[in-house]
Amino acid sequence: MAAAVELEGVNITFGEFVAVKDANLTIEPGEFFSFLGPSGCGKTTLLRTISGFIEPTRGRVKIAGQDMKGIGPNKRPTALIFQNLALFPMMTVAENIGYGLRVRGVARHERDEKVKNLLIQVALAEHGHKKVSELSGGQKQRVAIARALAVEPSVLLLDEPLSALDLKLRQHMRTELRAIQKRVGITFIYITHDQGEALTMSDRIAVMNAGVIEQVGDGRAVYAEPRTPFVASFVGENNRIRGRITAAEEGLATLDTPLGTLRGRNPVGLAVGEEALLFVRPEALTLHDNGSTIGFEGETLDVAYEGSVTHVTLRARTGQKMTASIGASTGVALPVAGERLNVGFRPEDGLLLAHPGRH
Amino acid sequence: MSGSLAFVLGLPLAVALAFFALAAHERRTGTATGPGFFQRNGLGVGLYLIIAVGFWAFFIILLPQLAMVDMSFRPKLPPAQMGGPKDVYTLENYRYFLFGSTTSTDAWNWLHIKAFLLTIGVSIAITVLNFAICYPLAFHMAQSATAARLRILLLLLILPYWVNEILRAFAFRVLLSSGGIINQMLMGLGLTSEPVDFLGADIGLYMGLSYAYLLMMIFPLYNAIESLDKNQVEAARDLGAPWWHIHAFIVMPHAKPGIASGCTLVFMLTAGALAAPLVLGGPRTLWFTPIVYDRFYQAFNWPQGAAYAFILLVTCIVFVLLVLKAFRLSLGEITR
Repeated sequence: MAAAVELEGVNITFGEFVAVKDANLTIEPGEFFSFLGPSGCGKTTLLRTISGFIEPTRGRVKIAGQDMKGIGPNKRPTALIFQNLALFPMMTVAENIGYGLRVRGVARHERDEKVKNLLIQVALAEHGHKKVSELSGGQKQRVAIARALAVEPSVLLLDEPLSALDLKLRQHMRTELRAIQKRVGITFIYITHDQGEALTMSDRIAVMNAGVIEQVGDGRAVYAEPRTPFVASFVGENNRIRGRITAAEEGLATLDTPLGTLRGRNPVGLAVGEEALLFVRPEALTLHDNGSTIGFEGETLDVAYEGSVTHVTLRARTGQKMTASIGASTGVALPVAGERLNVGFRPEDGLLLAHPGRH
Repeated sequence: MSGSLAFVLGLPLAVALAFFALAAHERRTGTATGPGFFQRNGLGVGLYLIIAVGFWAFFIILLPQLAMVDMSFRPKLPPAQMGGPKDVYTLENYRYFLFGSTTSTDAWNWLHIKAFLLTIGVSIAITVLNFAICYPLAFHMAQSATAARLRILLLLLILPYWVNEILRAFAFRVLLSSGGIINQMLMGLGLTSEPVDFLGADIGLYMGLSYAYLLMMIFPLYNAIESLDKNQVEAARDLGAPWWHIHAFIVMPHAKPGIASGCTLVFMLTAGALAAPLVLGGPRTLWFTPIVYDRFYQAFNWPQGAAYAFILLVTCIVFVLLVLKAFRLSLGEITR
C-alpha cells in the first residue's frame, strides 16, 4: 500500500522568502499526523501545498503514490478544514455538508441519504435545516468536519481548526477528533502551534521551525528525545544551560558551565571542546536543602502552586532563571521564596545537544 | 394661494410629526433603545439635521416630482389661461402616449410605444452586458488583485469619468464614424472593404450607454465581493467545485445585494439617459428620452413631456421592484 502523502525535497519560496526548505516526509495511511511549530514556521504553507493551493517551487508532493504536480485542489483526494472553518453562510447545515457531493453531481436522493448519515455521525441530526449562523462554535466545527468527510477524502487536512474555541471545548474536541479519525480510518494531517494538541492527538508529530522540519517522531520521541535545541525548547518546558564539553565517555558527557561542572546524556556524540547546550526538564530537577554535590546553587524567586504540581522559579548564581516542577505526590517539602537551595538532577535526565551555529 | 401655501408647509410638517410619533411609539414599546436623537446630537445639530434633511427631501426631491405629476394631468394651455376655467385635470397626455393624436388614423401610437419598449428592452440588455463586463473585473479587483494593481485599476476606471459625459459621447462618435480611426484600422487590415456603419447600426449607442454607467456597476459589485471571505472560495474549490459553480453558488449569492444595487442603478440610469441617445443614436432608432425632451423643448408641450417622463419613471420603478422580488431581495438590502 502506497504512503498516504509523500513529500520529496519540497521547497517553497515566495520571492526571496523561503517558506519551506527541503521537506522530506512520508505519512502513512490511517495516521494522525501533526505539524507542530510556532506561527510563521511554514506549516500552513506546507498544508496548502498538500491540498493543492500552492505548487512547490521545487520537489514533489505525492498522494497515494501519485505525483500531484499540476493537479488542482478540486481534483485532489484531500479535504481541507480551514482555521475559520469557511462554512457557507447562505446555505443550511445540510446544504453545507452536501456541497461537495452536489458539485460531483451525486443524485439528490443519494446525497440526502449521505448527508443524513453524516449529520448523525457528528451528532447534528436535528440541525440539518438550520442556518450556519444559528449554531454554536463546537457545532460549526462538526459541520466543517462533516462537510469535509462527505467527499470521502483519503487525506483530511486540518488547519488549526480548534484555535477559535474556548479551552473546555477545545479539550473536548481533541478527544472527538481523535475518535472520528479512528472511526473513519483515513489519514488526518493536523496543523497546530499548540503542543498539547499535537501530543494528545497525534500518532506522529513533525516539529517545524523557520521552514525546516526539525524532527519527526511520536509524541514521546519529540518530548523525551528531542534532536535539536529548538525541539527541546519548543515541545514542553525546558531549562537550558550553555557550556563546553570537557569529557565524553560511554553515552554521557561532562561539561563546564558558568554554574559549575554538570553531566548529561550525549546522544549526538559531542566531542571534547565542543560548545553544547544542556537541557533539563523542570520535572527532572530536584531541590535539596543540604549541601548535595550534584548540580548547582539557586535562590527561590517564586513558588506557584497548581494543585497536582508546583512550579518553583529559581535564580542561579549567574542570574539565569530556571523552573523546577514538583509533583504533589512526591511528598517533597515546598521551598519558600528567598530560600537558597541546591538544585540537582540525574545525569540521565540531562540532554546534551550541539549549540546551534557552532558546528 | 393660501391653500397651496398650507400644502407646501403643512405636508413636511405632517411628515415630520408622523416620524416623531413613530419614534415616540418605538421608544415606549421598547423597540428603540439608547439615547434619543436630540440627546445624541444636541439640540442645535439635531434641529439643523431635521431642517436640512427635511428641506432637501421635500424641496429638492419630492416637490419637483409632485409638480411634474400634477402638470402631467393638465392640458396644454397658453400662460394666460393657466388656472382658468379650462385648466382642469385630464388624462389626455396619457391617452396621447397610447393612442396618439385625435386626428391620427392609427389605432395605437406605435411610434412612441415602440420607442418606449425599445428603451426598456435595450436598457435591460445594456444592464446585462454591463454586468457581464464588470463582474469578472470586480471579482479580480476584490479577490485576487495585489494592492498596487488594484490602485492602478481604480485609477484607470475613475479617470475617464473626469471627462464630461457629452464629450465622451462625441468622442465615441468621432471614433466610430465612417472616416473614424476604427473604420480606418479595419479597412487598413483588409477586414472590410467599406466602412462599417457603427452609428447607424446603433453599436455606438450601445457602447456609449454601457460605458456611461460602468462605474455604477463596478463599485457595488466590488464592495459586495470584497466582503467575501477568500476561504469560502478556497473551501468550495477544495470540495471539488469547478470555477463556474463557485461563482454561481458561492460568490454571486454572497454578492446578491451588490449585484441588485448595481443592476438597478445601471438600468434606471440607462433608461433615463439623454446624452448618449441624442449624440450616438442612429437615424432609425428612436429612444424614449429624446421624445420626452422633444415634448418639452420642440413641442413646448410640458404637460405631455411630464406625462411621458412619469410613465418612464413608474415603469422603471415597477420593473426594478419586480426583479428584486424575483430575487428575494428587500429594498433595504441593496443599500448595504
